[in-house]
Amino acid sequence: MQAPPTDQLHSKLIPMLQEIQERLGYIAPEAVEWLAKELKLSEQEIYGVATFYNFFRLNPPGRHEIRVCLGTACHVQGNEKLLDTICERLGIQPGETTPDGRYSLERVACVGACALAPAIVIDDEVHGRMTQRALQRLLDKIDREDEEAMKKRGEK
Amino acid sequence: MADEKIELLVCLGTGCESAKSDVLFAKLSDEIKKHKLENKAAVKRIGCHGLCQQGPVIAVEPEGLFYCQVKESDIEEIIQSHLIKGKPVERLFYEHDDGTRIPHYRDIPFYAKQTRVVLKNSGHIDPSKIDDYIAVGGYKGLERALKEMSPEEVIEEVYNSGLRGRGGAGFPTGLKWKFARSSPGDVKYAICNADEGDPGAFMDGSILVADPHSVLEGLSIAAYAIGAREAFIYVRHEYPSAVASLKKALKQSYERGFLGENILGTGFNLDIRMMEGAGAFVCGEETALMASIEGKRGMPRPRPPFPTEAGLWGKPTVINNVKSLAAVAIILREGWEWFKSIGTEGSPGTAIFSLTGKVKNTGLVEVPMGATLRHIIFDVGGGVGTGREFKAVQTGGPAGGCLPKEKLDLPVDFDSLREAGAIMGSGGMIVMDETTCMVDVARYFLSFTQQESCGKCTPCRMGTLEMLKILDKIREGRGEEGDIEKLLELCDTVVKGSLCGLGQNAPNPVLTTIKYFREEYEAHIRDKTCPAMVCRDLVKYVIDPDLCIGCGACSRICPTGAAQGEKKQAHHIEQDMCIKCGACLEVCPPKASAVLKIPISKTLADIKGGAQ
Repeated sequence: MQAPPTDQLHSKLIPMLQEIQERLGYIAPEAVEWLAKELKLSEQEIYGVATFYNFFRLNPPGRHEIRVCLGTACHVQGNEKLLDTICERLGIQPGETTPDGRYSLERVACVGACALAPAIVIDDEVHGRMTQRALQRLLDKIDREDEEAMKKRGEK
Repeated sequence: MADEKIELLVCLGTGCESAKSDVLFAKLSDEIKKHKLENKAAVKRIGCHGLCQQGPVIAVEPEGLFYCQVKESDIEEIIQSHLIKGKPVERLFYEHDDGTRIPHYRDIPFYAKQTRVVLKNSGHIDPSKIDDYIAVGGYKGLERALKEMSPEEVIEEVYNSGLRGRGGAGFPTGLKWKFARSSPGDVKYAICNADEGDPGAFMDGSILVADPHSVLEGLSIAAYAIGAREAFIYVRHEYPSAVASLKKALKQSYERGFLGENILGTGFNLDIRMMEGAGAFVCGEETALMASIEGKRGMPRPRPPFPTEAGLWGKPTVINNVKSLAAVAIILREGWEWFKSIGTEGSPGTAIFSLTGKVKNTGLVEVPMGATLRHIIFDVGGGVGTGREFKAVQTGGPAGGCLPKEKLDLPVDFDSLREAGAIMGSGGMIVMDETTCMVDVARYFLSFTQQESCGKCTPCRMGTLEMLKILDKIREGRGEEGDIEKLLELCDTVVKGSLCGLGQNAPNPVLTTIKYFREEYEAHIRDKTCPAMVCRDLVKYVIDPDLCIGCGACSRICPTGAAQGEKKQAHHIEQDMCIKCGACLEVCPPKASAVLKIPISKTLADIKGGAQ
């Protein structure tokens, strides 16, 4: 590779942060400490980059990740109203996680499913042509499944 | 005629996939095995076929039949009727406006009115198989470049074709390459910008999923032309299927000797590395993108020096959009004269749009440059389709503008759109009808650029925030005389005082909506009404007790408990508790239609009185 060695090291920062987040679900402080030594950067430099990019989160995510697409097509088709409904139901705002750690909510700018707007992504599954009713059913279903799982664990 | 093997092409583009086409693929494969039809039929995965509106879609080749909105329960019938008895399932064909069914996709207006050049392979080849790409002439362009042409000749060919950068700016690609070639230095880089960040645009992502090798081929040609031995593809991480598709394509290219050492035995070496973005819109700007590859905050820097002189790690660098590179592969294969014969004198070739919003046929569209907006929206897109009136079309993403119906006959090319106040942009095209509020749209785009501003230039960071505050005021019914003038003044400051395209173009949505839809702003400011009934502070939901049948659908779905009432009794909405999500209106049975959305200043009696 042709880049000067110090730059090469720096250019690994974002891919490594991505891998950390993939494994841990977020950028943990211990990971930043380790990464700083590994890449010969200061922790400040790493936080500077991590907080610049929307993708990186510094807090653990909820068990279910809801991402509401707010791309143009989804906006025009009224996804903001669906977002309001979710906020109301879960009692959290975008960027937050419910106190019980079950749900986290994010707003994202376009997942590329514009033709099926409005779209909501729950646990990496894209749900297109969403309506208030479909949303309610989806969330009810997750609640039900979680409850059953909890019961099962409780019985064992 | 000898029985040709039937190929069932299941679309796995983002649209169809989110409509569970992967389930169809699995089920079709299983059923074919179960019925021992392997000799007669094969199932193939394809990338975006184009007509996302009808997803999930299955194309049947070689006949070119087209099944729309296929459900898992339809598979059995396709197997029994089509594959076993040879009788296609008519009820799954595309339904035309007059109710007739169109069997072949080539006859569906959406496809018939397009000119597919760059998208030719999309939806026809299996993107996960390099041989599929080679079979349709893939890598012929690279072979010609490497074996028959000097780098200078390649640049000449691209320059002569008149190809202009498809990322939106429209800079001549050949010229950019010439600059990078002539910049001194042994180490140079070629980069493919696949950080498609515009909300409402999915062309680049779709091409990467449906035809990844065309982009790799174009990038290899670019690298050869400028003298680069290392190239990068910077992909948006929000496109997991594009990332997966590229990974696979890269692996195959190395295995088959299209990448790596001594490519095609010509002595040319090239490595392509993929890097995933991390969710910063500004990284679509070329200098910010390079900063991001270097592992830094993605902040733009002043130009000059241009990347062709000092780019990645200070070395001469060429950055091209996905569509530009896909076009390069075709130009080298078919020759520059052929490419130049398509489109207009000033903008040769085709334009690719993702057509979405309030339009009948949403999907991926390719037309010759110079086609009119009317052709794209009405001939290809089938019009608004809801029985409502067309109001505006938005092109160019958050940096673009909204054009009214008076501009529908405008030819779509780099120069005409800019003149009208919009831009070509990367290719998002969002259609809006009378239920879209233009103030709300302007605010939407501005809130996007405001959040994505990297913060380096004060006019962009603070100016957009001030503009947003004014728009919020107007939207909430607190607008004052003079607000429009204040907005225009701020627009001017932000345009003049920003370093990169994000800031310079951020005011465009506001400027064009004021220019073409000023009366809507005035209605919000003077009459405190939203003509499109979108702005939530200016509307309210009420239930007409005379129409309510007391079914309780609204009170069950209402997230705040604002919709209340006894069973079989007329319901009502507690305005203090209502968040105006509109769920009650959606679920109120059509036979009752008792929930109404009315202007905040009116009462139910006003509305009913007016109707009499």
